[in-house]
Amino acid sequence: MTRFVIRRFFSMTLVLFAISVLTFLIFQAIPNGDPAQRMAGRLSSPETVAAIRRTWGFDDPLWQQYLTTMKKIFSGEVISYTQQVNVLDEIWKDLPATLSLAIGAGIIWLFLGVVFGVLSAMRAGGFTDRALTVAALAGVSTPVFLLGAVALYFLAFKVQLFPNGGYVPLTQDPLDWAYHLILPWLVLSVLFIGIYSRVLRSNLLDTMSEDYVRTARAKGISERRVLIRHVLRNSLIPIVSLWALDFAAVIGGGAILTESVFNLQGVGQYAAESIQQLDVPPVMVIVMLGAFFVVVLSAVTDVLFALLDPRIRLTG
Amino acid sequence: MASDPSISASAGPGISSGAGVGVRSREEAQPSPSTGLGPYRLGLRRLRRNKAALAFGALFLLIVVLCLCAPLYAEHVAHTTPNANHVTDTVTVGGVRKDVVSPTGQPIGPTWQGRFLLGADQNGRDIAVRLLYGGRNSLEVGAVATLITMVLATLVGITAGFFRGFVDGVLARILDLIWAYPVVLLGIALGTSLALGGITIGPLEIQGNSLMVPAFIIGIVYIPYVAKPIRGQVLGMREQEFVDAARVGGAGPLRIMWSEILPNLSSTIIVFIPLMIANAILLEAALSYLGAGVQPPNPSWGTMISDGIRLIPSAMHLTFVPGLMLVLAVLGVNVFGDGVRDALDPRAKVRLEDVQERAEVQR
Repeated sequence: MTRFVIRRFFSMTLVLFAISVLTFLIFQAIPNGDPAQRMAGRLSSPETVAAIRRTWGFDDPLWQQYLTTMKKIFSGEVISYTQQVNVLDEIWKDLPATLSLAIGAGIIWLFLGVVFGVLSAMRAGGFTDRALTVAALAGVSTPVFLLGAVALYFLAFKVQLFPNGGYVPLTQDPLDWAYHLILPWLVLSVLFIGIYSRVLRSNLLDTMSEDYVRTARAKGISERRVLIRHVLRNSLIPIVSLWALDFAAVIGGGAILTESVFNLQGVGQYAAESIQQLDVPPVMVIVMLGAFFVVVLSAVTDVLFALLDPRIRLTG
Repeated sequence: MASDPSISASAGPGISSGAGVGVRSREEAQPSPSTGLGPYRLGLRRLRRNKAALAFGALFLLIVVLCLCAPLYAEHVAHTTPNANHVTDTVTVGGVRKDVVSPTGQPIGPTWQGRFLLGADQNGRDIAVRLLYGGRNSLEVGAVATLITMVLATLVGITAGFFRGFVDGVLARILDLIWAYPVVLLGIALGTSLALGGITIGPLEIQGNSLMVPAFIIGIVYIPYVAKPIRGQVLGMREQEFVDAARVGGAGPLRIMWSEILPNLSSTIIVFIPLMIANAILLEAALSYLGAGVQPPNPSWGTMISDGIRLIPSAMHLTFVPGLMLVLAVLGVNVFGDGVRDALDPRAKVRLEDVQERAEVQR
């Protein structure tokens, strides 16, 4: 076990390093044109551009530029030149909204994904299964920002059932917090519910043809009990590890579209606003930290799963 | 959305389950004795019976054809161009002259006639014309992105799986690296940085506002989702007798990869294509919505939704028209792709019917 943890930790560190290099290359080396000009934004004076070129060392060799950039990011010195604010402070301020959105939606989509997946598998080929398949396909074919906009139009504008976007901190008013988040939670969940119910359905059907399931049936256990106690338990493992990855991705900036359409002042919304103004530094920092978060969380889940299931230790 | 469809760590519904398309050796691919038909003939026959899949496939095809006819519509019916500004014009609807955009900035809604069939936007541009031209751009980005993904992913997957060892180590690490980024995040990273400067790939110089920039980005972002399953299949395939036989017969690695491995991957590749088209169109819309995809004034379904979304309360047609078209197109490919998967993966079908039967016995 210790060896597994050490190995996993080592490979995680390598991936983190590679991500930092790739992110650096994407923003500063791959595109044509002057990186200092890009950093400065559209409305910049030649003096600002010159100053940026000096502080970011854009005349240095590439490896030195990389070191300068990383030092700036990790010491929290990156400043958005368009708005003149410290990027890390801003991200920190926006984190609660993103966490609130991700945690609530994560619970909803895991729960409903499992429920719909089981219902589908229980009546495979039947009416419920077909209806859920159609719903899942419609769910994965609708962009989240469109769904959000439609929901806002009908449920917040036409019928004033929900607030028209915005975020209320949990510490300020827990009820109002949840009230503002119900629609974003549901809208963000739709796609995941579609995916998870389909994946779980096919996992369940796969597991059902295993020998131990036949044994359970042969013992005369009711079909419902076989499904819940024997089949579901085994099919849940891949779902939960998928969930951990998706959940990390949502916190790491994946909820950017939902946040932007519901005007939730979270990290994703910050990134979206920065893109609209072609403000590069915040986008760079958010992309890198987001990918970092996904990698670290997936390493943590791997270790947790290895604790639960010894087989993973041997193969991983 | 991959949730942002595209955001999710899983690339889409079909992708995770699509790996079920079995590795078929040459032997198994022989015509099955009961019917005397090859797997593709059988697959086609199964697909032909799946009326829903065919109907949705036809819907997608119809949308493609309509969008390809955009210039005809613009010239002969609407008498305008996608970016032409008609703010100060008037249009006669039912004998009444109306402003295309009212003095308060309210654009005209659908007129259900030649000019401004689906209304105008706040710049007085004809929505129907932009919808078709935008669809052309969205579909073009989707097609080129899918082509890039499929070609590169097949190349990487076969190379990694066939040579194993060091080559595999390096390629698999690169795939893992791309895979670690949430899809939309990597898309906006590339989108933001390339929109400003453009990119030079070898002799090719691409301007920042070119359609090829989002196509290239989306093509790259999805590579791991296709390359990983292909690599897995090739790893299993190279141990099989038909590869040994070819090697004994004196075939070199290139020849084995091209004429032994690749044909056996074809059903996997076919299953992935519609899924990738759907995902690519969705990601294009997401990136354009955020401003990191197709650059204005070029229309695309994503940019049109993005332009309209703030005006929903006063002019909902700006958002709903391109939104509906986008959903119909993506749904069309998705349902058709689902049917193709069922048709080419009989194992899943058998399993399903098996279970159905069992359920009936239970009742």
